[in-house]
Amino acid sequence: MRVTLVGVSHHGAGVELRERVALRLDDARAVAEELARDAGEAVCLSTCNRTELYVAHDDDVDAEARATRVLLEREPELANALYRLRDEAAALHLFRVAAGLDSMVPGEGEILGQVRAAFDAGATGALLDRLFRQALYAGRKARAQTGIGESPASVPAAAAALAQQVFGELKGRRILLLGAGKVSEQTARSFVSRGAEIAVVANRTFDRATELAEQFGGAALPLDRIEEELERADVVVASTSSPEPVLRREHVERALRARRGHPLFLIDLAVPRDLDPAINELDGCYLYDIDDLEAVVAESLGSRRREAAAAEAIVAAEAEQFRTWQASLEVVPAIASLRARAEEIRRAELAKAESRLGKLSDAERRAVESVTAQIVNKLLHLPTVRMKQAAAAAEGVVYADAVRHLFGLEDER
Amino acid sequence: MAELLFWPALIAYGEAAVAYVGVLRRPELATRLAIWGVRIGWLAQTCLLAVEAWQADGFPWADWAGALNLFVWFAVGAYLVYGSSPRYRLLGVAVMPAAAALFALAGIGGAAEQSSSDLFTAVHVGLVVAGFAGFALAASLAGFYLWLERRLKRRPAGVLRLGPPSLVTLDGVVARVSVVSLSSFTIGIALGLVRGHSVDLAVAGAIAAWVVFGAALVLRRELGWRGKRAAYLTLAGFALVAFLGLPAGHLG
Repeated sequence: MRVTLVGVSHHGAGVELRERVALRLDDARAVAEELARDAGEAVCLSTCNRTELYVAHDDDVDAEARATRVLLEREPELANALYRLRDEAAALHLFRVAAGLDSMVPGEGEILGQVRAAFDAGATGALLDRLFRQALYAGRKARAQTGIGESPASVPAAAAALAQQVFGELKGRRILLLGAGKVSEQTARSFVSRGAEIAVVANRTFDRATELAEQFGGAALPLDRIEEELERADVVVASTSSPEPVLRREHVERALRARRGHPLFLIDLAVPRDLDPAINELDGCYLYDIDDLEAVVAESLGSRRREAAAAEAIVAAEAEQFRTWQASLEVVPAIASLRARAEEIRRAELAKAESRLGKLSDAERRAVESVTAQIVNKLLHLPTVRMKQAAAAAEGVVYADAVRHLFGLEDER
Repeated sequence: MAELLFWPALIAYGEAAVAYVGVLRRPELATRLAIWGVRIGWLAQTCLLAVEAWQADGFPWADWAGALNLFVWFAVGAYLVYGSSPRYRLLGVAVMPAAAALFALAGIGGAAEQSSSDLFTAVHVGLVVAGFAGFALAASLAGFYLWLERRLKRRPAGVLRLGPPSLVTLDGVVARVSVVSLSSFTIGIALGLVRGHSVDLAVAGAIAAWVVFGAALVLRRELGWRGKRAAYLTLAGFALVAFLGLPAGHLG
């Protein structure tokens, strides 16, 4: 049985093509079941960057044709963007995908969950089960042993990571949002996902502030009353469209007296800026604007790319392990036949000797059983190991044929 | 026997000090090497102190070199509690070179040559030395805090690269270490004064350091002097201890 991968990804197809072959999880399940007909196995992995069909079947040419048909039926223009990989190459590709090495942002965290979901929805047997389990393991290992997924890859994530450098855990920290647009909302989500609390949303349009505040369980405030909240907030996120700064140094200076030395982290995502740059000069205040954050993100991405080299080595080693395991499958039927034949002979010989063994006690009979079984096992141990080694070196079929011929196992193919 | 244990401890501390410098370039490997150096060195030094205590007739660390030896043991032991955590690895850059240098100095001074059979002196010296060690650790943490704080203010693109402890965490640790050290130091000084130790420059310096550390804690609690101000006060307190040559002068 061979593994075949047919897919399309952001490397070769734009979003306008990818979106036409994207599969929801239910559709992915149905397609996998369809492709797995006739004793095959299949998994459909569909994310925003790729749709890939993994099929394991004895007839790999037919499996590839069917997988290709599934994708082309949905979007005929994909023909030139499709890639096809087999066995070891397919495994390496999947391991790289699971480790986030094939993603637009190296090491992005969502992909591992998507691979897991695709695996759960797939129609798997021994081969794809092993392939996907090992892919998930490789993805986790690459993240655990390298820094590929550590640094933030977006401005909201960088803002939250910087706040963690000031406060450590963000659980229970009060966030004051100035502005209630899309950027504020995204940044708020990044903080909330780390346990922070959106305490107040202040906006010129009070209704929009109320709407966003309700979404996060906070309170709404008009922009001219933010000084009250400054005394209690831990983080200020500003992204209004005001042409003038909405928070000046003197506002923060006044609030600092009541803060009793507690630090204040301020993020200015607006252009023109909402926060007076002089605020950063105040003791205990740390102000980052959009340029600072973008520089941090660029640096982070650079660091992820540097870590990617180490992650590549990890997934390559895992792919090699998978290759060895898959190759050993070629000799498994021959080994099984050989062992079955040996066991058959052992039992037959014991049956022949039954009249002589009749005088033995139960304990003695068990000892004879055990001794003969051990002899068979010891005799077959080395040939078994050598056959597996030969399989790993691509000579498995030759050895398997030789064993079948030497022991007369041809009929049991 | 003591000689045999001194060198492994010094080599391990030296190795840790060198490895910590490499933390900025290869964090994972350097941290592993450094932490193992600290652990092995501290273990060897613990054995050294045990041998010295076993061989001596009474309290063996009453002279300046012995007290320095004990001081390094306390300081490295306290660092091990925090420094084993990856978040505090950078602190080792400040702690371990100083610890290795002081330990070497204690070795040159001929550690544990004098001994005192006076239990009172032993407790007094032990508590004061533990206090010094704590102050040294608090000062290292405070220096580390100021460096991190300045770095955050300057907003370099690689600000997230090192993964140090947060400012709030570090500030809290400085305060906790100061409280424990001040308690030990206070009892140690009180015992010395009860025993009728004359008030010389060293004692005056000790009391001044006590006042600065105490003031830092009171101001923190009452007026909210945290962060930079608290760090500067901690460093000032330790500077008083260091510049007045208190460990050597007082205990010698």
